Amino acid sequence: MNWKQLTKSKPLLIGSSLIALLMLMMLISLFYTPYGPNDMNSGIRLSHPQLSHLFGTDNFGRDIFSRIMKGSQTAFLIGLSSVLIGLSLGVLIGAISGYFGGWLDEVIMRLMDALLAFPGILLAIMLVSVFGPGLNNTIIALGIMSIPSFSRIARSGFMQYKEFDFVKAAIAKGAGPLRVIWYHILPNIASSLIVATSLRFSGSILAEAGLSYLGLGVQPPDPSWGRMLNEAQPFMINAPWYVLITGVIITIMVLGFNLLGDGLRDLYDRKS
Amino acid sequence: MRFYIRKLITFISTLVLVSVITFLVFQVLPGDPAQIILGVDADPQQIAALHEAMGLDRSAGERYLMWIKDTLSGDFGTSVRYHRPVADLLLERLPVTLSLALFSLGLTLIIGLPLGIYIARRDGKLSSLLLSLFTQLGVSVPSFWLAFILILLFSVTFKLFPTYGYTSWSTNPLGAIRSLFLPSLALAIPGFAVVIRYLRNTLLDQSRMDYVRTARSKGLHEKGIMYHHILRNGLIPVITIVGLLIADTLGGSIVVENVFALPGIGNLLVSSIGARDLPLVQTMVLYIAVIVVSINFIVDMLYKVIDPRIRLKR
Repeated sequence: MNWKQLTKSKPLLIGSSLIALLMLMMLISLFYTPYGPNDMNSGIRLSHPQLSHLFGTDNFGRDIFSRIMKGSQTAFLIGLSSVLIGLSLGVLIGAISGYFGGWLDEVIMRLMDALLAFPGILLAIMLVSVFGPGLNNTIIALGIMSIPSFSRIARSGFMQYKEFDFVKAAIAKGAGPLRVIWYHILPNIASSLIVATSLRFSGSILAEAGLSYLGLGVQPPDPSWGRMLNEAQPFMINAPWYVLITGVIITIMVLGFNLLGDGLRDLYDRKS
Repeated sequence: MRFYIRKLITFISTLVLVSVITFLVFQVLPGDPAQIILGVDADPQQIAALHEAMGLDRSAGERYLMWIKDTLSGDFGTSVRYHRPVADLLLERLPVTLSLALFSLGLTLIIGLPLGIYIARRDGKLSSLLLSLFTQLGVSVPSFWLAFILILLFSVTFKLFPTYGYTSWSTNPLGAIRSLFLPSLALAIPGFAVVIRYLRNTLLDQSRMDYVRTARSKGLHEKGIMYHHILRNGLIPVITIVGLLIADTLGGSIVVENVFALPGIGNLLVSSIGARDLPLVQTMVLYIAVIVVSINFIVDMLYKVIDPRIRLKR
């Protein structure tokens, strides 16, 4: 694919711009936020958006813009690490299942079906209720939650490619399963895995927002957008901008990764 | 017949696995459940007695079988927090969650299907742009935040619906509908997006089929082709998304019930986690998962009944 193709796809263009924007915000927040994200100022509680406080202040007089900036670190951290957990374990499981097949495949796929039976954030809720809330447990829970979708994609890819002549030739030449899986098949299913990574990223962000809103995810003082929505809800009527802005930011991030994933899928589909 | 038997075996094995997963997750729980129930200053004899009563002195395998036996006979155990049978608590909460799920599913289908059909028929540039904008936004917005927006719009500004709380069907049916409308809508809007997207794709696929070309060359008008040919075939796959939507709705209602303080299963689930009432949490998690697996099974069966062409994928 060339640059022209990339810029012609509107979803791809919009999605990656949105993500780039948020990433820029995240990078800046590592070094600079207008105010300390946890600095309280009782004199300016719940003030309107204004020049000195772009997104207004919360019920403790903390600057919402600074907190949103800081929260983007948590969002990217959780999205990236949970997707990496899901991707690596999912591909491993899917590769074993699809490459070796047989009863092992049957057992693994039943297990993945069983994991998918816990709808939405229920699986994450169950894990967090046992292991306790917090940043690390949220990442692990969301990572486990995304294993089934990756393993299914990997499995069908491996099942399809292991019948191809070039794979059979490699096996005939004496390549072991690891070599075949890693060098011969994986590069061929990389594109569908990349698409899934982008879509799961947005799934993780949404799930984290829900978990943290319920008080089961990220705990203070770690900043989190979902947690901010929880804190904003009682002041929804007096300070609607707090709820509005925080939700819009979450939506932008989820939308960005959804558009990126869809755009990439269209691109790969057209190519093949 | 082989289809049904195979699906039944899959259904049962998935149920068993779901219960094993649920059981195992709650096994690795740190701390002694008997200690948690009795408090820190319980004497060792009491704890030992409760261990025996709860079966904690036996192996994990035995306990799993005991738990399954009890669950199948309708004995879900006793809530640590409420000191009441879990089954009773669930039965109290179930009507709320069920009404919410059915209400929002109804909204999704009643509004989503006609809208999807209407939109699928237009091919204009602007309308397809608006459509993709709406469907992309619909699947990207957190449904509980959508609930906030609906409250701000319809409850605070227009004062049409209550901001939170639940009126039961028996005391005031109209009040029940009013209290369920906004939560259902919050859950249904992402559903619209899913339905419309799906319908558009299947209808477009169908309209490229040979039988459509044949119908067209026979001189049938477009509307007739749409309603008599394309829709008939295009609506069959929609059953699949109904299963998907029910799972999504149940998952989403966990959070949305908490936004509106609706006394449903999701609300009980979250407050039980806060109170460390884990027997209750364990049962509810299993309960919801079993509902989802069963619905998917029913959908699979229905699918086959409606369209006998469907075969096992092998």
